[in-house]
Amino acid sequence: MPLHVEIQLVAVVVAAACALPGVFLVLRRVALISDAISHSVLLGIVLAFFWVRDLTHPALVVAATATGILTVAMVEALHRSGRVKEDAAIALVFPALFSIAVLLIARYAGQIHLDVHSVLLGEIALSPFRRWEVGGIDLGPRSLWMMGGILVLNAGAIFLLWKELKLSTFDPALAAALGFSPVVLHYAFMALVSVTAVGAFDAVGSILVVALMIAPPASAWLLTDRLTLMVGLSMVLAVAAALTGFWAAWILDVSIAGSMAAMAGVGFLLAFILAPDRGVVAGLRRRARQRVEFAAMLLAVHLLHHEGTSDEWVETRIDHLQKHLRWSPDFARRVINRAEFAGWVRREGRERLRLTPLGRETARVGMTR
Amino acid sequence: MDGGFIPALFTDHTLRVVGLGAGAVGALAGSLGCFALLRRQSLLGDAVSHAALPGIALAFLLTGSRATPVLVLGAAVAGWLGTLLVMAVIRHSRIPEDSALGILLSVFFGVGLVLLTFLQRGPTAAQAGLDTFLFGQAATLLVQDVILVLSVGTVALLLLALSWKEVKLLSFDREFGRVQGIEMGRVDVLLTSLLVVAIVLGLQTVGVVLMSALVVAPAAAARQWTDSLGRMVVLAGALGAGAGVGGAWVSTLGDGIPTGPAIVLLASTVVAVSILAAPRRGILWDRIRRRRVHSRIRRGDLVPPGAGQTAAQAPSGGSIPMASPGAHGGGRED
Repeated sequence: MPLHVEIQLVAVVVAAACALPGVFLVLRRVALISDAISHSVLLGIVLAFFWVRDLTHPALVVAATATGILTVAMVEALHRSGRVKEDAAIALVFPALFSIAVLLIARYAGQIHLDVHSVLLGEIALSPFRRWEVGGIDLGPRSLWMMGGILVLNAGAIFLLWKELKLSTFDPALAAALGFSPVVLHYAFMALVSVTAVGAFDAVGSILVVALMIAPPASAWLLTDRLTLMVGLSMVLAVAAALTGFWAAWILDVSIAGSMAAMAGVGFLLAFILAPDRGVVAGLRRRARQRVEFAAMLLAVHLLHHEGTSDEWVETRIDHLQKHLRWSPDFARRVINRAEFAGWVRREGRERLRLTPLGRETARVGMTR
Repeated sequence: MDGGFIPALFTDHTLRVVGLGAGAVGALAGSLGCFALLRRQSLLGDAVSHAALPGIALAFLLTGSRATPVLVLGAAVAGWLGTLLVMAVIRHSRIPEDSALGILLSVFFGVGLVLLTFLQRGPTAAQAGLDTFLFGQAATLLVQDVILVLSVGTVALLLLALSWKEVKLLSFDREFGRVQGIEMGRVDVLLTSLLVVAIVLGLQTVGVVLMSALVVAPAAAARQWTDSLGRMVVLAGALGAGAGVGGAWVSTLGDGIPTGPAIVLLASTVVAVSILAAPRRGILWDRIRRRRVHSRIRRGDLVPPGAGQTAAQAPSGGSIPMASPGAHGGGRED
């Protein structure tokens, strides 16, 4: 397989594996725990390395996952003690664990061939060079197998625990009342996040794992209200960020992991601005429409108020509306069109408006509302 | 370091510069961090320090200069823009704060990485320049860097002192401040900007990843010892300075002890001790008090509410109120 195809495969698998647990991180409002976990797993890796003296040993993954869970437990213990709040607890725990790891690496730099840069930044471009061979047969990049396994694990766990995760995410009280143990579920889920962070930091680094875990699910959440759809969309967006990021980096000759994170950010920005229902643009348009709608109602009430009075002849003139209601000519035109379209008013000649029976009824109801 | 720490501080030029720089950064981050802690913005520090990276790269790209003031300015602008973006996202969408911060820190960091690799074409070359800001290299601090930290830090703390009343209102009762006719939005912007300044000044010393600890740890420790904001800010500043100087000293003791992690571990130890042992709020203190109350109940001096008496009568039975963890005299700010 050509080099760039293998890199893209790794990128796609990493992105999809990260997006799955990311959905629940975003929905449960614990997004930043992923930041904490992805940093503190370094300590587990370093300690396990001192034990087994082999950077490819599976014990490293086990130890790193255990550190991830330990991080969550420490954050929760600190928070429960009532002495600091949760955000402060996160900000206290992971730098301390990360510092211990960096100190250990720096202290035993001669013995440990672990580059802190690659831990933080990852180097996905190197993943095709670390092969997995069994009995002399080359099976492909090691990280592809590892992340593939983690993707399957994540998908399987989320499929099996779907009902429990959904319920405890949206209604934790009901979940607890129905007898699901929120604590067990929480830690099982955090174990998934830890395993994913460990596997992914090898490829994209611990800081960019956060981008792949949070940005695609957050974008998907702006696009849909359905959980199943959100999971699917998150994976699609994550894969899209991985591929566009890869090609942008390939062409510009820059960091692939950084470019993938940047593309995940671009995706989020697009969703934030352009999402059909919840985007900024949709919100502005909705507000403009509501303004015209309200003004059309105001117009009907205005006409009703002056109906049959001596100044009716003046007050129903279109150009008078602009003066009396302080509408710009353009806005007045839009309001009249809206009221005409709704069948509340009709034009009399060129410059005068008259209420229809429906408009009269609407204005009466509108005034009492 | 034969003569110990204090003489070394006066004789060793490098240690003096590094210690002074780290101490100043610690004092500034510690005192301003109090407000981040109280306003539940502890992780803003983490996000801003990561978001500063593209600013550093762009400042270098635009000016071609590696001078600290230029890079710090770029970092501050990027950190600032990032903070504004997070505020906009929280206000105009249903994305909660933690996700917005997570996206900010990782995406900005990714963009920064792209820019740095673009600058130096090739990952290995980029890392040489990245080092300083990723992990901080206090050893690279120059005398003029320390002067920059000291002067900008002094101005920041002066601004804080001048707007003390408003800042205090913002932290504890924003609505009341608004009713008093103070533009709380502006105070918010001022305080957040001061925090951004403190963070970017600290990047060179402790680095991106560990900066959040320097913001939060001294404040969290100081919080355990006092209920007064003024004392808390001063104490946090002192603890931050102590951690900075101490960490600089520890890193000279052995080969390959990086300053940033040393500072952070010192500060973390202070937090752990404070949470355990601080008078009134400390966990040990709490245990002792509870044991005393229990033994009084056993002796029959004090009847717990609901046992033979109504709850309303219970407090009159003994002078010691029933203690529950953390719930004593203004011990919690929420």
